[in-house]
Amino acid sequence: MNVAVCVKQIPDTAMPPALDPRDHTLVREGKLIMDESDSYGVEMGLQLVEVAGGGEVSLVSMAPNSATSGLRTALATGAVKAILVSDPVLAGSDALGTAKVLAAAIARLGPDLVLAGTESTDGYVGTTPVQVAELLGWPSVSFAKHVEISDGLLRVQRQTEAGYEEVTCPLPAVVTVTSGVVEPRYPSFKGIAAAKSKPVEELTVADLGLDPSQVGFAGARQQVISVEAAEARAAGEIVVDKGDAHERVLGFLEQLKIL
Amino acid sequence: MDTIWVLAEQRGGVPAGIVLELLTAARGFGGVVEVVTWGPSSESTATVLGRYGAAKVYDVGDIGEALPGPKVAAAIASQVSGGNRPDAVLIGATHDGRDIAARLSVRLDLPVLTNVVGITASGGRLTSDHSIFGGSTLLRAEFTDAIPGLFVVQPKSFVAEPAEPAGQRSVEIVAIEVPETGATDAARIVARHEEERSGPELDEAAVVVAGGRGLGSPGNFALITELAQLLKGAPGASRAIVDAGWVPYALQIGQTGKTVKPMVYIACGISGATQHMVGMKAAQKIIAINKDREAPIFTIADLGVVGDATKVVPKLIEAIKARR
Ligand SMILES: Cc1cc2nc3c(=O)[nH]c(=O)nc-3n(C[C@H](O)[C@H](O)[C@H](O)COP(=O)(O)OP(=O)(O)OC[C@H]3O[C@@H](n4cnc5c(N)ncnc54)[C@H](O)[C@@H]3O)c2cc1C
Ligand SMILES: Nc1ncnc2c1ncn2[C@@H]1O[C@H](COP(=O)(O)O)[C@@H](O)[C@H]1O
Repeated sequence: MNVAVCVKQIPDTAMPPALDPRDHTLVREGKLIMDESDSYGVEMGLQLVEVAGGGEVSLVSMAPNSATSGLRTALATGAVKAILVSDPVLAGSDALGTAKVLAAAIARLGPDLVLAGTESTDGYVGTTPVQVAELLGWPSVSFAKHVEISDGLLRVQRQTEAGYEEVTCPLPAVVTVTSGVVEPRYPSFKGIAAAKSKPVEELTVADLGLDPSQVGFAGARQQVISVEAAEARAAGEIVVDKGDAHERVLGFLEQLKIL
Repeated sequence: MDTIWVLAEQRGGVPAGIVLELLTAARGFGGVVEVVTWGPSSESTATVLGRYGAAKVYDVGDIGEALPGPKVAAAIASQVSGGNRPDAVLIGATHDGRDIAARLSVRLDLPVLTNVVGITASGGRLTSDHSIFGGSTLLRAEFTDAIPGLFVVQPKSFVAEPAEPAGQRSVEIVAIEVPETGATDAARIVARHEEERSGPELDEAAVVVAGGRGLGSPGNFALITELAQLLKGAPGASRAIVDAGWVPYALQIGQTGKTVKPMVYIACGISGATQHMVGMKAAQKIIAINKDREAPIFTIADLGVVGDATKVVPKLIEAIKARR
């Protein structure tokens, strides 16, 4: 049972996000971290491989400037190797361009299962993994809140707007996991040390045999026309509760004719 | 703008709320509005769709226990490659909608614009609005060379209104074929579960009372449910307590959950993370109860109570009961 996990490396979420004023892409300077949304895919992959009693977890990432810091975090928890696609022509890629790159990298690994997040923290597009599935010609199950594999068949609880569905799916397949689906483990000191020497294969767009016009700004075929501050919602009245604040709330609801 | 297609997802035989919102928007773009639907009861759906302006319904038919993504995307893609090419396809940002958009994008080799909160038509082009960075920034975008333009639109971005003049309109129903989908279509739904709910639907309720991690323990969520019931509203939640397993996902409000636009939103023990706020900041009035004076939720609250929600809410419940 070999699992490939998509790991997006993003700017530290503690920093306020910003757009580059020239090309309106997200500023991705400084050290990148593993998107927390993908820590659930990594953990799920490790658990499924453990249950299967064999196989390994590999990582796939597309990131600027040969960034590996986020990948090292995932390698430290037990993934064995990674493919990193980094190439200046990838700047400005949209989800479809990203999916083409990830699908080509995944094809080199030939896994039984691909895990990804339902949506990334910095871009929250939420289409990339299913685009990967279509490019590979595979089925997919999105919004998984529980995943099991028995007799080579995936059994997934898929969140819906009103509840959830039980879905079965043969392998190979792409599954997107919701946060909280499993409890990501912390890397051990030994794991952190071992991660430094785990193989990260760095590839370019040409290495993957992709046409550069399919990725980056050229492939995205969309442009930002304007960026402006949205109308801010003003803060209103603040009361500090001294045991009677509920009366103010009551009055407010009465004023609004809710009561 | 000649033709706009709207993807019509059904919920129990009726079009989902987002579909009527999208139809209302599409009517304003100055072209013919057509719909693509699937599911067993699509005939009865057509009448409703017609009332909201659909001139034609392309019916993919009953897809059985398959997930909609592969079949619906393949059916649309084969229409487009066969020459039946709309200018744009509007898709609601639902779970199935996103899957369909993703697969359609690959089949047509066309980009998708997601997280759309508004669309304007001018000079034969569609421009989309995107609310980013927790709603603090508005970004406008357009496709440069991509027809049809694929737009994935957030619920509650438009207000649904039936077309004028009202009355019966004739809607043409055209069955469309699903081409071979191969292995992509191998997933099967073997059971469906719906959360039980008393009271109004979360995304339709006039009052939403939402609880977050600040409630301290799962048991305290009963306070939220009780207050919601007293106000004839719906209970909601932040992702933190959904992930923690206190309440089901169906209650989640925000980026990855439901978008709500109630008359009043009461946030109890919710910090106001950007991903939460995008799902509720369009409420007419916001009341926040939080222990921390610096919590971001207070920057958008019309009435902010700095206090312990587990003390304020029970007193509020008693006071409301006492009024009766
Ligand atoms: C890709 C992505 C998507 C996301 N989607 C969503 C989404 O759809 N919806 C969503 O909600 N979040 C979403 N999040 C998560 C979001 O970032 C926050 O983590 C989450 O909203 C926090 O929930 P909370 O406010 O309940 O918890 P916390 O942030 O922990 O806040 C708890 C608050 O309670 C207060 N408090 C503590 N004790 C009390 C008390 N006794 N009385 C009153 N107040 C008290 C604290 O001061 C604090 O402000 C998403 C995150 C990512 C990365
Ligand atoms: N550049 C990337 N590298 C690796 N994985 C990615 C990348 N972009 C997106 N993904 C995966 O796709 C998921 C959804 O991302 P998005 O469509 O950007 O919201 C993420 O949670 C990742 O698992």
